Amino acid sequence: MNHTTRKWSLRLVVILYLGLLVGLPVGYLFIKAFSSGFHAFWIEVTKPNALAALRLSGEVALIAVPVNTVVGIGAALLLAKRKFFGSRALQLAFDIPVAVSPIIIGVSLVLAYSRIGWFGSWLASNGIQILFSPIGIVMATMAISLPYVLRSVLPVLIEVGKDQEDAARTLGAGPFRTFWQVTLPAIRWGVLYGVTLTIARTLGEFGAVLVVSGNITGKTQTLPIYIFDAWDQNFDTVGAFAGALVLASISIVALIILSTLRARERKLHVDLA
Amino acid sequence: MSISLSHLTKRYGKDAVVDDVTVEIPESSLTAVLGPSGSGKSTLLKLIAGLERPDEGRVIIEGDDVTDVDPRHRDIGFCFQHYAPFRHMNVARNIGFGLRVRKQPKDVIDAKVAELIELVRLDGKAKSYPAQLSGGERQRMALARALAIEPRVLLLDEPFGALDALVRTELRQWVKELHQQIKVTTILVTHDQDEAMEVADQLLIMHDGRIEQAGEPTELYERPATEFVHGFLGPTTLFKGVSVRPHDLELVAPSEGAIEGTVQSVMELGFEVQVTVALSDGSTPWVQMSRNEFRTLTVDVDSPISVRERAHH
Repeated sequence: MNHTTRKWSLRLVVILYLGLLVGLPVGYLFIKAFSSGFHAFWIEVTKPNALAALRLSGEVALIAVPVNTVVGIGAALLLAKRKFFGSRALQLAFDIPVAVSPIIIGVSLVLAYSRIGWFGSWLASNGIQILFSPIGIVMATMAISLPYVLRSVLPVLIEVGKDQEDAARTLGAGPFRTFWQVTLPAIRWGVLYGVTLTIARTLGEFGAVLVVSGNITGKTQTLPIYIFDAWDQNFDTVGAFAGALVLASISIVALIILSTLRARERKLHVDLA
Repeated sequence: MSISLSHLTKRYGKDAVVDDVTVEIPESSLTAVLGPSGSGKSTLLKLIAGLERPDEGRVIIEGDDVTDVDPRHRDIGFCFQHYAPFRHMNVARNIGFGLRVRKQPKDVIDAKVAELIELVRLDGKAKSYPAQLSGGERQRMALARALAIEPRVLLLDEPFGALDALVRTELRQWVKELHQQIKVTTILVTHDQDEAMEVADQLLIMHDGRIEQAGEPTELYERPATEFVHGFLGPTTLFKGVSVRPHDLELVAPSEGAIEGTVQSVMELGFEVQVTVALSDGSTPWVQMSRNEFRTLTVDVDSPISVRERAHH
């Protein structure tokens, strides 16, 4: 085999592989969602229960993503500076939620916060309900999307080093200014990448949320659960496809925005070097 | 401004990286801290800047004890080994950073930045980003950024270490001229003795965290206080069991009452020639001479020859 044939057969294998796993199913989703025309698609996505699910997913993301971003950046700053007693345990704690199946996160949340758990019974006696409510959904979602910002920011932070921060200090900058004007801009791509992954994971989470939410249609149904219900319980394939298309589009759009921004940034700062 | 360090000590675990350093650095001097890698010279610089905290001892800048002062209030210009440019800011923004921190009015900042850009010869680069600059340009930008705050003291950590040979020589000369122009007390750290000898008016030789000797370059070269300084400041060779400078030896015809031997090898390095001699006492000193001097000797490998110390005029 000469060089060109080898190159092209390798490409073919990759394209085939991606096509079978991603291209074909997602492409088919597009076709199916619009199989009864755009009007039918629009009716499906504007059904009150579909809109309620989309809204709940959006609200959960609006809380979970900023909180996890702040926590992730904070933990990364702490871990990048120096090793301390318990720093490995901290890293491990961040990784556990993605290392175990989401269903386990859901089940352990139920155990801890239901009336059988000692903490749950205390909360219940004070009138706070976590399970089968949006609070439980937010908690489950935050747990399963915990490490993404930390994992994308920490290596960048270590690579950037502390010289720029030290330089800012010798020039008179305080910790606040140094963070906003020096550290954060230096790690912004790590942060954006982590946030994008967190958004995708937050919107897409199914297992953990299903367990804690109680799946109450129109009340505690997030978009993935709504899709599952439409598909599995109501035999509403067009509804399921339509919901799935909306969900997939949000994540794909987020990824496209990120890669476009990144390409422009590269052109400005690296290519000219 | 003068700097005085008194019993300065920094330990990492049990090892003292900087070990009981007491030294006076004269006002307006350009001092080179010279030592092999791991001698503690960079740590010494960071201790002066306040980027590291000493375990013992005091740092005094022009009479002020700044040991417990945060680096942001020390008014020290620090240039990092890899320049530490703010990559997301252009040259002008980088240089103006310290002035913005000091809340100077915009027109004052703009004027000062323009002046510094001219001083460090970065004309036309104000809008460039660090990634678009060469190593030498980045170094000069870092210098301008440090100078913008009109520091009491300028500290340079291996300022020419990451540059190629040609740029390095050029920049050394430029730093020397710049220092003569602005006269700010400057300390630079280097492991390169040629660089230190060429640029500095004061030398501080460090070894294993301690100061071996401090003084003017020629003084240290001619009267090294320790064997380490002698060996570190220039080439040495063993002659009659003593370590001497190879240019303090000369080759003479075998009949003149010196130790006899034969030429073992000849290395011609352009202007300089190095001749290694195998002597009858078993030693093999090498002698350094000019090309012209070597030509008049008309010797080659295996020629019988004698070595003696040059008479000092």
